[in-house]
Amino acid sequence: MAEHAAGPTRGRVVLVTGVSRDLGRRFARAVADHPGVERVIGVDVVPPRRDIGRMSFVRADIRNPVIAKVIAKEDVDTVVHMSVISTPGSTGGRTMMKELNVIGTMQLLAACQKAPSVQQLVVKSTTTVYGASSRDPAMFSEEMEPRRLAYGGYAKDVAEIEGYVRGFARRRPDVCVTTLRFANVLGPNVDSPLASYLRLPVIPTVLGFDPRMQLLHERDLYAALGHAIRARVPGTFNVAGDGVLALSQVVRRLQRPTLPLPSFAIGGVSSFLRQARRAELPPELRTFLTFGRGVDTTRMREVLGFEPSYTTAETLEEFASTLEPTGGRTDRLLADLERRLSGATRAEVEVSDRG
Amino acid sequence: MADAEIIPLGTRGEPGRGTGKAPSSAARGLAGASGRPVRRKKPAPTDEGRPPRPAVEASTADGEPSVAEPREEPPATVGHGVATTRDRHPLRGIPPADWKAALDIAAREVFGTDWEPQLARLLAFLRRRVTGDYQLDDYGFDRELTERFLFAMLRPLAKKWFRIEVRGVENVPTQGGALVVSNHSGTLPVDALMTMLTVHDHVGRDLRALGADLVFRMPFVGVMARRSGATLACNEDVERMLCDGELVGVWPEGFKGIGKPYSERYKLQRFGRGGFVSAALRTGVPIVPLSVVGAEEIYPLVGNVPALAKVLGLPYLPITPFFPLLGPLGMVPLPSKWLMEFGEPIRTDEYDDGAAEDPMLVFDVTDQVRETIQQTLYSLLMQRGSVFG
Repeated sequence: MAEHAAGPTRGRVVLVTGVSRDLGRRFARAVADHPGVERVIGVDVVPPRRDIGRMSFVRADIRNPVIAKVIAKEDVDTVVHMSVISTPGSTGGRTMMKELNVIGTMQLLAACQKAPSVQQLVVKSTTTVYGASSRDPAMFSEEMEPRRLAYGGYAKDVAEIEGYVRGFARRRPDVCVTTLRFANVLGPNVDSPLASYLRLPVIPTVLGFDPRMQLLHERDLYAALGHAIRARVPGTFNVAGDGVLALSQVVRRLQRPTLPLPSFAIGGVSSFLRQARRAELPPELRTFLTFGRGVDTTRMREVLGFEPSYTTAETLEEFASTLEPTGGRTDRLLADLERRLSGATRAEVEVSDRG
Repeated sequence: MADAEIIPLGTRGEPGRGTGKAPSSAARGLAGASGRPVRRKKPAPTDEGRPPRPAVEASTADGEPSVAEPREEPPATVGHGVATTRDRHPLRGIPPADWKAALDIAAREVFGTDWEPQLARLLAFLRRRVTGDYQLDDYGFDRELTERFLFAMLRPLAKKWFRIEVRGVENVPTQGGALVVSNHSGTLPVDALMTMLTVHDHVGRDLRALGADLVFRMPFVGVMARRSGATLACNEDVERMLCDGELVGVWPEGFKGIGKPYSERYKLQRFGRGGFVSAALRTGVPIVPLSVVGAEEIYPLVGNVPALAKVLGLPYLPITPFFPLLGPLGMVPLPSKWLMEFGEPIRTDEYDDGAAEDPMLVFDVTDQVRETIQQTLYSLLMQRGSVFG
């Protein structure tokens, strides 16, 4: 009891799930270095491959009740749930992914509910929950529902997870529950379906569509999660960089050639790319690449009090600097023409000066 | 005198008057590939590298990307032992400076004296487009593209073809949010485009159109709509735009209005569910009624193929006197005379809060707007002498 009372002064004990993935590991490392944090416990099914810094790793499957013991034993007060995965990846098929996402979250929340020490829960969610369709409003704000319910995949997992999180918030009103819906994260180290798609040498696009998108820099993701832990503001918040880019602008700024394909051919390209292990275009990314999405970040600024340091365009610029351009011939040609022209203009000015 | 007779013309394939290593330009032109190493240095970044190209480039310099040809000369005649006249490019003898001068004169003849700044501006515009260095707003509106491309194309159509006459421009607020409500007609939404252009040219504001979700479901059309500032006609977007102080255009008749048969021309259809009125009431912005006469006649809808339209997922499949009959030529709109009149704004800020939730009031205001537009349509029709007047 005395320990609990001393909780805030002795520094916080943070449990981070999903640390085997790069985003989770980096975030956990960054939190461990924070002076207000006493201990960080990273949990995942498989150990992280890289340096984990001051974080202590516990190999535990959040799908079974072991996680409750970890929380009780370590006296965790803050839980950051980051193990919601968007692609099956190395974990196995779609069934496995759904198990990890949904059952894992249920077990984690059940464990949190029983642990009196837990005071805060931060969930990393995604703007994918809004879906993407032709009937979408230009900007989704937090209270809006998707126009079309997701029929499967990541989007459905996230929708279910958020449902469980809301249920948990109702049952444990003393816990501060913050759900952060992140826009597409991009950064030099990020490995996400969108990032690997944009790293393709030739980018297949949906013919006749040019989706709007917002991007979030990797560092802003860490900063937003850190801010949520410090600020303790309950609620759901969209987190995205300022400004909107169309996919056509994105590929032009990346100097990559595109391959516009009719929407029915994209599925074939997706399975080809998956077999070639170059990229993956899951259904929710395909609809996103057709209709795009924008989210309103007013609540992030005004209620959560977080301000991303990178705009969408700056995020893309930094991402582009890590890539080798594979296109951009038209621009080089026009630049060449412009140089010639300005040379001619200069000559003309000289002539007129002499005259 | 005798000396003069034995001076040979040319150098007979031998290096000329230079040092042995760097033959003169005349010698280079004459000699074949016998001296391979001295053929030519890497194409220099100066004009010297590609003498004949500027001709092609400048002549198609109005943005043809086809100039993206490889930089090297065709290697066809390299490695050919004998020096013949065919080795020389027919244009090679003329120095690039002469080309440039000739082109300058030609361009000045064709485009006028300020062609260069104009071309430079065009090139800068093209480069911005190609590198993606332009701004979109939250809804995907691309002001530069709309003004420089879409409106530039529509303006002659509005001025010369439809001869649009505009009245009551002073009724459109020059700042702050407002909702322009218009009748809808003409089989294709040409009236919406013309209204956007008219508002841009006469009021100096961007009219943000509201479109049905079908517009955003269609490839190309949806992209173009968003680029020109349109967004989906849903409460969230309308209120967001009006709160941001935008001028929003709405055509509440929707497909019922635009796809009605020619026999029912200028008869206003039902004004939806009055969603636009509740949006205006909630945000307290004025409603500006707009009556457009002339759009009904551009594509007279005399028939419809509902079965095929259903298969294609369209609300109607039009048959006009010319459309399937003349093929693409039938897509040319008839040159009817257009009149546009902006009516007096209807204020919505004097109702109390919660007025938007009062269905009776919403219906009343909707009817008021509808009646205003209908009456103005009748009076405009009286004023217009004949359809093609």
